[in-house]
Amino acid sequence: MGAASSLPEGQRGYVMKKMRRFTALGLTAAMAVTALAGCGGSNTASTTAAATEAAKTEAATEAAAPAEQTASGGKVYYLNFKPEQADQWVDLAKKYTDETGVEVHVQTAASGTYEQTLKSEMAKSEAPTLFQVNGPVGLATWDDYCMDLKDTDVFKDLESEDYALKNTDGVVKGIAYVIETYGIIYNKKILNDYIALDGAKISDISELNSFDKLKEVADDMQAKKDELGIEGAFTSAGFDSSSDWRFKTHLANLPIYYEYKDDNIGSTDAIKGTYLDNFKNVFDLYITDSTTEPSLLSGKTGDDAASEFALGEAAFYQNGTWAYNDIKGNEVADEDLGILPIYFGVDDASQGTCTGSENFWCVNDKASDADKQATLDFLKWVVESDAGRESLSKEMGFVTPFSTFADYLPANPLVVAANEFNKDKTPVSWNFTTMPSEQWKNVLGSAMLEYAQGTGDWDAVKTAFVDNWATEYKNANS
Amino acid sequence: MEKAIKRYMPIFVLPTLAAFTVGFIAPFLVGIWLSFCKFTTITDAKFVGFINYAKVFGDATFVHSLWYTTLFTIVTVILINFLAFAVAMALTAKIRGNYLFRTIFFMPNLIGGIVLGYIWSLLLNGILAIWMRTLTYSATYGFWGLVILMLWQQVGYMMIIYIAGIQNIPSDLLEAARIDGANKWQELRYVILPMLMPSITVCTFLTLTNGFKLFDQNLALTNGEPSQKSEMLAMNIYTTFYGRNGWEGVGQAKAVIFFIIVGAVALTQNYLSRRKEVEQ
Repeated sequence: MGAASSLPEGQRGYVMKKMRRFTALGLTAAMAVTALAGCGGSNTASTTAAATEAAKTEAATEAAAPAEQTASGGKVYYLNFKPEQADQWVDLAKKYTDETGVEVHVQTAASGTYEQTLKSEMAKSEAPTLFQVNGPVGLATWDDYCMDLKDTDVFKDLESEDYALKNTDGVVKGIAYVIETYGIIYNKKILNDYIALDGAKISDISELNSFDKLKEVADDMQAKKDELGIEGAFTSAGFDSSSDWRFKTHLANLPIYYEYKDDNIGSTDAIKGTYLDNFKNVFDLYITDSTTEPSLLSGKTGDDAASEFALGEAAFYQNGTWAYNDIKGNEVADEDLGILPIYFGVDDASQGTCTGSENFWCVNDKASDADKQATLDFLKWVVESDAGRESLSKEMGFVTPFSTFADYLPANPLVVAANEFNKDKTPVSWNFTTMPSEQWKNVLGSAMLEYAQGTGDWDAVKTAFVDNWATEYKNANS
Repeated sequence: MEKAIKRYMPIFVLPTLAAFTVGFIAPFLVGIWLSFCKFTTITDAKFVGFINYAKVFGDATFVHSLWYTTLFTIVTVILINFLAFAVAMALTAKIRGNYLFRTIFFMPNLIGGIVLGYIWSLLLNGILAIWMRTLTYSATYGFWGLVILMLWQQVGYMMIIYIAGIQNIPSDLLEAARIDGANKWQELRYVILPMLMPSITVCTFLTLTNGFKLFDQNLALTNGEPSQKSEMLAMNIYTTFYGRNGWEGVGQAKAVIFFIIVGAVALTQNYLSRRKEVEQ
């Protein structure tokens, strides 16, 4: 101001105006920055959800943590993958802290953001001591961070070494803690209604024992959907990110499984796509005998499919044992729940449901020795103590691969049905953990969607499956 | 007094400077460094040179999202500024309730991008369902969906800036023009528009950079579907970072290239429209 007042009258006005203009510009800029910051803030909406959850869990665990620490002074930080069981883990951690005084901090990543959360958490000085990877491909990213678990109690408690995840050098780096099963979940009531109709293609559900039979029945049910009071035979094969993994990952497991089985291998750098025609048949069945027009699939979510099944609008629903929580308490009674394998037209007589794990515990090798020990002690307690076993099997509803769980089986009717079905069958193993990258799955999913809605053809799916496997494998391993 | 200001300058500048360094400069420099590294977490980065940059240009999705974003930006810059200016002109005329309208038009800005994206995906999918289509049916639907969303969100904001500019035009200038016999069109062309150049600079700058940087709305509305065809640059960087093992550095390299592009475009725009500004 001092400078302006010493100027002659006319010029002073000019300077003032100029200053006013700058002030105005400055203000607009400030407003803009605020607005941009506002937009930026919402980027983190999903992580904020996780953070709120974390804040909750933190409050819970810390309130429970007594001041005293064990002699070793180590503490546990578990980055949990499964949002469905977030609260149960916090409760379990609290019990452990009450019992031993060791601080256990549980944080759960928001659905679908585990890898992102893990990457940022691992870079912190208070990194997770216990985290999980989803199989060999996930392990490749985190191998340097995983300690050798060969001599640990939790490894010795495994029923079979097959449930341990080994790296390319054969070192035990991960321990599976939950065994899950997926297939085609069906509603017995609707099927029995169908059987009661004139001209039904089967007279008992047990006759649904091959792909051809399943297709015959589903086609017929679709034709008679009004008589049956349903919207379609299958729930919508939605391709929203909350649902597309059922196809791009879980359904795509079958052609990989049969090809690996033929070649007697466990992974490959180039897939041949021998069974892609079978894959197409099953997928065609899903999108034709469906509740939904194919052109609407891109917007359908996992919740849409779950609610269609839970409300009795569709008879078949491809999903796994974990879906029970979403289905229960609606129109479908527990005793009406059954599960079939995803019949593939290859070896239907002996094919069981798809059973395996993509949840492996890993202990952070870069944590302090005290923390590592505390983490291993915690894991031992989880799989051996009554409280831990009770929580994992009853509250979280997990089927575990640990020998200590013989008397602790979950009450989930889908688990019971799958076990019953698999008695004299060979379960299909989970080979989708060897898919070369997330990108591979995404490209496949998009190609499948475009084929379904008619904007792309099946050759594009083949390319995404076969050619892109080699490309992605090279990209991820170069 | 000036001396005093100079002497105490560090005290006034330091807090902001420190915050700016921690919150912006440091992550920015680390980001550039990481684009030359292979890493899983940012603490175990290993220098690999220009390999990441070489991979960027071998990636067809990056090139696609580059032109998709450019097209989107051109369309939104033109439409947003045109509509915002039109609304501002209407609401500076003497009409009943214009303050109320200003508030209403401004309000969409107060909603975060993710929420907005989900709300609009419900709305637009609901309408498209009449023709048995969805937003993610093809990249064209996604494109216009995003354009509509951005218009709805940003027109009100730019309108406020234009209104401020229009109200700042001295009435004697307009009066003089009228006395000289200028018609409405001439008034607009030779008085209002030149006087509004500072506002236009700000608004085109904001819409331009907003268009390039768009992420939340893109994520919530189409998530890049189908086949990454409606994926804009910022989202392409994000999916590259998390899509493959060992490609974090490539995502980072894309981010650096992205910065250079946006920086160059914004500076050019600023230079060009600054030249047109007149003194009052």
